[in-house]
Amino acid sequence: MLSIRDLSVGVEGKTIVRHLNLEVRAGEVHAVMGPNGSGKSTLAQALAGHPAYAVTGGEVTYLGRDLLAMSPEDRARAGLFLAFQYPIEIPGVSNAAFLKAAINEQRAARGLDELDAMDVLERLEQKLQLVEMDKSFLSRPVNEGFSGGEKKRNEILQMAVLEPTLAILDETDSGLDIDALKIVAQGVNRLRRPDNAIILVTHYQRILQYVEPDHVHVLFDGRIVKSAGKELALELERRGYDWIRDEVGAVA
Amino acid sequence: MTSIGAGTDRYLAEFESLERGADRAPAWLAALRREAMARFAERGFPTTRDEDWRYTNLGPLAATPFRAAGAVASLNLSSETVDRAAIGPSAWPRLVFVDGRYAPEHSSRQRLPGGACLSSLAEAMTTDPELVQRHLARHAHWDADVFAALSTAFVQDGAFLHIPAETAITAPIELLLLTTVPGALAQPRILVVAGPHSRFTVVERYVGLTDDTCFVNAVTEMVVGPGASVDHYVLQEQGASTFHMATIHAALERDSAFSTCEATFGARLARTTLTVRFGGEGGRGSLAGLYVTSGRQHVDHHVTVDHAVPRCSSRQLYKGVLDGSARAVFNGRVIVRPDAQKTDASQTNKHLLLSDGVEVDSKPQLEIFADDVKCTHGAAEGQLAPEAIFYLRSRGLDDTAARRLLTLGFVREVVDRITVEPIRSYLDRTLEARLGTERGSKEMP
Ligand SMILES: Nc1ncnc2c1ncn2[C@@H]1O[C@H](COP(=O)(O)OP(=O)(O)O)[C@@H](O)[C@H]1O
Ligand SMILES: [Mg+2]
Repeated sequence: MLSIRDLSVGVEGKTIVRHLNLEVRAGEVHAVMGPNGSGKSTLAQALAGHPAYAVTGGEVTYLGRDLLAMSPEDRARAGLFLAFQYPIEIPGVSNAAFLKAAINEQRAARGLDELDAMDVLERLEQKLQLVEMDKSFLSRPVNEGFSGGEKKRNEILQMAVLEPTLAILDETDSGLDIDALKIVAQGVNRLRRPDNAIILVTHYQRILQYVEPDHVHVLFDGRIVKSAGKELALELERRGYDWIRDEVGAVA
Repeated sequence: MTSIGAGTDRYLAEFESLERGADRAPAWLAALRREAMARFAERGFPTTRDEDWRYTNLGPLAATPFRAAGAVASLNLSSETVDRAAIGPSAWPRLVFVDGRYAPEHSSRQRLPGGACLSSLAEAMTTDPELVQRHLARHAHWDADVFAALSTAFVQDGAFLHIPAETAITAPIELLLLTTVPGALAQPRILVVAGPHSRFTVVERYVGLTDDTCFVNAVTEMVVGPGASVDHYVLQEQGASTFHMATIHAALERDSAFSTCEATFGARLARTTLTVRFGGEGGRGSLAGLYVTSGRQHVDHHVTVDHAVPRCSSRQLYKGVLDGSARAVFNGRVIVRPDAQKTDASQTNKHLLLSDGVEVDSKPQLEIFADDVKCTHGAAEGQLAPEAIFYLRSRGLDDTAARRLLTLGFVREVVDRITVEPIRSYLDRTLEARLGTERGSKEMP
């Protein structure tokens, strides 16, 4: 589904992601872990097409298409979804209006009819229950005045509504209490289907107790320095990231 | 004779022919007109050396010869055209003016309850002479404001609305003012008198049916009686070459509540000189406006809130969206006079700059002479946040749709204040249409 080869990404002239390779097949859940500043968000933002993150080398193929040649909106319309580590506040635009626009833009791209306000509302109400958010969140401006946890749940709500093919969650689990964490995990698990894939970017292994990954990768200084099965997450939890630093240092 | 101000000679000639004509103005009005004309002639059109007009050049307006509405034949409008231009359904009481002149054939003056009166100003001078004499030109500062003076010199026709004490009217009253004839000067004059504890809504709706150069000089005076509650709207969609000058003065008496909300879309040059004056304790004023401009449009607001007495509150919220090489001027003046303790005043003015070619001059002017008061003001201008644009694009909206949604979000705060249908849906519709293309009409790759 997603094939990243030799990808390098820079921000403000500084190379952050270096020669990264990653292969994600349909049906898989990948956890990308790593210390702060290792380049996890840079990778996620570059995959979503953020213009500030400049791809300086490499290739990315998504569903057989050249992902890097696609605009951010075309990536979204092709089923790629990024749950932001820091969701953006949008004053004056209600969650409902925002989601209605997103749903209809994506439907139009797939040749489907526009949904009217009532249809959209019906869908949203179902999904709200899933993430245990009150209906009042629909009429509030997107993320404005939301607590940290509410913002994260709002990302999961959007994911549930848009039903992406490839979801990238950038530390959606950070800063959540255990109940909110379970809600997020449940949202992810619902998306887990043979034809979908999920990349869970996370700092901690906590969420991996609820969402079992097929592969765990360690990102360090912009490179994937270690890949293994889910047991790697437990090892990271136990031993922290320092031993990786030592191991990488020893190799370099 | 005193010196003659720039660009006034044509108006003087016009005035003389008005005086010579078979105009049966009562003596008080004739005297008032002459005084106002003398004032206008003496002052002439302001120049940018005048502090209140520093950023607004009236040269093109002063140089254009306009013909008074009486001298031109207005279009014969079909009732469909009129209905389309109106905001409200025909069930709303409605007075229609074509190029400043009352058009009874298009107006619908439903019976209003309890002695309420909605009529042309000319009519009211015979039916309600005392009330008209007591209030007409007694509020708008024609001695200080050239456009109010010009209007007063030529005051002939317009709208008169009197709602007596304790009377509530649910249906908004619409004043529909159409601009149809190229080169016309229309000077509608509106007088609204709200009796004690009355409640109603009045809408001024300006629509230009011509893109040729016109000059509309409107003056609205509103007297809000003790305990009365008046909601006022000004919805302006003049043609692209029209000069639209609006002077609005609201005089608020004890414990009254007044709100005014303006939406400006049209005209090449639109100036609003709005004054809200608190003349009795316990008054509340809410002033809001949004303007959406593009091309070479110029929108100028001079808003004055005059707290002359204690314990009144005023809220100002103005938002402007500028595209192309549009220009906005905002001067928000709050006066708190020495006696006006416990005043609570706030002022917010924000501009969204959609292109590099736009220019904004925004200036708060707080003149506070009392010590126990609460006054806040805030002005901001900026562009759409790139992070917000990317967030929307990451959800499937293209750049145009993202910018449009964010721009709608910017003005939402003003739109949300409007609860009256169909004004609310009119604004939603007009904003959608004016802020870029709808998704359906976009080209698909
Ligand atoms: N928008 C940006 N502007 C400048 N530097 C950035 C930006 N985004 C990330 N960086 C830098 O790139 C490095 C990696 O950051 P990031 O990708 O956010 O790491 P992680 O998500 O793993 O914590 C850090 O040194 C960070 O300061
Ligand atoms: Mg990060």
